Amino acid sequence: MVLVLALGDLHIPHRAPDLPPKFKQMLVPGKIQHILSPGNLCIKEVQDYLKGLCSDVHIVKGEYDEVQNYPEHKVLTIGGFKLGICHGHQVVPWGDVESLAMLQRQLDVDILITGHTHQFKAYKHQGRLMINPGSATGAYSSITYDVNPSFVLMDIDGQRVVVYVYELVNGEVKVDKIDFRKPPPQANES
Amino acid sequence: MNEHSITATEEQEKWLADAQNVVKQQSFYMRKALDSSNLREALKYSAQMLVELRTSKLSPQKYYELYMQTFDELRHLEAFFQEESKRGRSNADLYELVQHAGNILPRLYLLITVGSVYIRSKEAPAKDILKDLVEMSRGVQHPIRGLFLRSYLSQISKDKLPDTGSDYEGEGGTIHDAVEFVLQNFTEMNKLWVRMQHQGSAKDKADREKREKERSELRDLVGKNLLVLSQLEGVDLELYKSTVLPRVLEQVVNCKDEIAQGYLMDCIIQVFPDEYHLQTLETLLAACPQLQPKVDIKSTMAGLMERLANYAAANSQVLSVFAEVEAFEKLSTAVATVVEAQVDMPLVSAVSLHVALLNFVLRCHADRLDYVDSVLGSCVKMLAGQGKIREAKSVKAIVALLSEPLAQYGDVVTVLQLGHYGQLMATLEFETNKVMAVLVIQSILKNGTRIGDCARVEALFQLLQELIRDGEDAPPVDQLDQEDFAEEQNLVARLLHVLVNDDPEEQFKILSAARKQFGLGGPRRLVFTLPPLVVESLKLVRRLQARGEVEEGGVTPKKVFQFLHQTVEALANVPAPELAFRLYLLCAEAASDCDLEPIAYEFFTQAFILYEEDIADSKAQVTALQLMTGTLQRTVVFGTENRDTLTHKATGYSAKLLKKPDQCRAVYNCSHLFWQDQEKGTRDGERVLLCLKRALRIANAAQQQANATRGSGGPVTLFVEILNKYLYHFDKGNQQVTTTVLQGLLELISTEVNSESAVQDPATEAFYASTLKHISFQKQKGGEAGDRYEAIKVQ
Repeated sequence: MVLVLALGDLHIPHRAPDLPPKFKQMLVPGKIQHILSPGNLCIKEVQDYLKGLCSDVHIVKGEYDEVQNYPEHKVLTIGGFKLGICHGHQVVPWGDVESLAMLQRQLDVDILITGHTHQFKAYKHQGRLMINPGSATGAYSSITYDVNPSFVLMDIDGQRVVVYVYELVNGEVKVDKIDFRKPPPQANES
Repeated sequence: MNEHSITATEEQEKWLADAQNVVKQQSFYMRKALDSSNLREALKYSAQMLVELRTSKLSPQKYYELYMQTFDELRHLEAFFQEESKRGRSNADLYELVQHAGNILPRLYLLITVGSVYIRSKEAPAKDILKDLVEMSRGVQHPIRGLFLRSYLSQISKDKLPDTGSDYEGEGGTIHDAVEFVLQNFTEMNKLWVRMQHQGSAKDKADREKREKERSELRDLVGKNLLVLSQLEGVDLELYKSTVLPRVLEQVVNCKDEIAQGYLMDCIIQVFPDEYHLQTLETLLAACPQLQPKVDIKSTMAGLMERLANYAAANSQVLSVFAEVEAFEKLSTAVATVVEAQVDMPLVSAVSLHVALLNFVLRCHADRLDYVDSVLGSCVKMLAGQGKIREAKSVKAIVALLSEPLAQYGDVVTVLQLGHYGQLMATLEFETNKVMAVLVIQSILKNGTRIGDCARVEALFQLLQELIRDGEDAPPVDQLDQEDFAEEQNLVARLLHVLVNDDPEEQFKILSAARKQFGLGGPRRLVFTLPPLVVESLKLVRRLQARGEVEEGGVTPKKVFQFLHQTVEALANVPAPELAFRLYLLCAEAASDCDLEPIAYEFFTQAFILYEEDIADSKAQVTALQLMTGTLQRTVVFGTENRDTLTHKATGYSAKLLKKPDQCRAVYNCSHLFWQDQEKGTRDGERVLLCLKRALRIANAAQQQANATRGSGGPVTLFVEILNKYLYHFDKGNQQVTTTVLQGLLELISTEVNSESAVQDPATEAFYASTLKHISFQKQKGGEAGDRYEAIKVQ
């Protein structure tokens, strides 16, 4: 069992002063094994904060990130899953399922994590999983109105993943859960 | 030196041992005489024992040891006198008898010892005997001898005073006699103690230090009298106020001795109840400015204030008394008077006095912001004309004055109401001032404070000016530590998001005020401070969008967009083209959402100009085009003409990127510019197809280039990507994308993948396999779309 935190689009300090205090209280060091961030943290301080939570941090490049050496996308394997991360501003039309699906095919990953739209999403598509953890600070977005702060925690156990979504709605943390099991290879072939 | 000091110590030990031997010997004979009830012999030996106390050789510490030894021996004598008295001998006789001792010091010790029994017998009024003893003791004027003799008197008499409610009240006298006695003994002891200072050379530093050390060893003998006074039942507030305190203070002030004054003031504060201090503040504080300049009056007054604050904290009901007696006003006046009177007082002490006063206010009158401000004001007044304060300890004290209210109220809004806060902060030099400013912002952020009043925001910027602009005291920006600078500026950026008001008019005022302030910061700061300003302005636009109708002269989206235009332009002029480019696009999309076509077009134009003129790096261009295409794809506000201009430009830039694969991808992204899902969106299948075909041509060219340079097949992945884009538009129902076209592409890729010159690339193969799988998924969907996919044949 592995806990993977996915969060992005913090836009600190351009669009938000900090993570919501309630999130900060929840995110304590030593509990999470991997952090996957689809970018737009903006400043290095935020990266340092994430590294304080967990030593294994993977960040890809958002268009506002001051750290220049983040890659455009990244693929890694955790448990029985191949995961891909990409910010998403490269994929036009933005947030479009079919366009993202093309990226998912290109990276050939079971789970694709993207950001940019500041809108939390997690859905199954052609036997694969797509996740957008939203904006962890609820930052302003030209794409989404009334953004609620959100992030995603994935509990990966072999071929199975439970995706928990934490969303701050009117000052209260709401949790939602999605269960996903990797389909056996032959089912895909038929 | 060391050797010498060892000798001196040894010498002391020897003298003490000698004296102690004599005491031992004489007391042995004394006790023997007592056993045989031989009074005359006993008095003789006891006097010989007491003669040892006449020594001048012993240090106070050694003298004390000797004194304690004789003290114990005198108890035997006292017990004997007690017995004698029971056997019928008159105490008056005994009192007469002991006066025959030849030497004054032994005589007085014996007299006091008899006096003790005499008082207890009540054969004469206690007051008379006490008065007699205290006056007779004047006979010894040697400081150490006198101090110990009077200490003996004090010790022996403390349970025999005619205190209210005591056995000796009435015929023995009243509390007034008791007080009079103790005060007199105290006064005389203090005089003796002070006189020690004037023995020996005043110039010899070592000598003076030794003397001061000896004096400090003896101070508790003097202070003990004050303790006795405080323990008298009869000393109530009235008597304390009318007699005790004025008389004690009179002695303290008049002795003009810094050691005595410092110690005794502390003693008064420590031994008498807080309740008394509160009621006699004026008298007590009036003494402070009259003390010698070298007295550490700051610590004494701070001690008093701390005690009073503790008292208030422990008994909340006394707070009304604090108000009644105007404790704050009196303390505040005293602080000012002392600072003025003691011209040589170090600055740090003067500021620390204010810190103590502030702590008093925060603990007793936290609700009185006017008090807090008056303390700060008083400090500002005191510092006037001193310029920037640089002395480290004073700076630390000023920082404490500024930090305490922040910590107490946890709310900068409250602190902003303190008129003198900014003035006090202005006395700090650049670095410290900045540290303080950072502290202010951190406090705001930590406490989730929101500041929504433009006047407060302006006051806040006043406090933060060392961060916001180059102050007179500041070094040039390029000499600052860049990491620290960035951290500070990022804090200012964060701060902007909490300067919010629900009323759009006030919010716009706040943003304009911030813009004005940030404008003073110079280009190095603008890259940090303007982006959050742009974002907050865009948030304001969203609110205005929701609001609808506005009153005449009110803020409108148009007004905010003008403000945004001018703000982003300032950023572009820094120059910070990439950031400005992104923000222009953000504004363009917002303007489109507000249905303001000309404004949206203007923002796009500005973004395009920046792209053309200032974004030259090929990687930066790739990202910029992704953002441009992404934004334009979402924009539906434009009429055909504007739209054509912009899409034409975007496609043109895309085809001109440096690397072929980048060109290819940028161009196929452009295909989406001609197919918008939104209502009112364009759907121009032909131009979509043109883009895709163009992308295909570029992919071919890329491959030829690869063939020519590396002698191998190029990146097949571009073809697979294009295939996916064709499938995307096929799926959307674009009639131009036909099965035939798709079939052709599939065959092309299949040939490429299987060609001998092709580089084996597992990633591309997986991508291709996934794409084929996607097609089969689509076929399985059934319905109209499924039927269309059925026509595609996959080998």
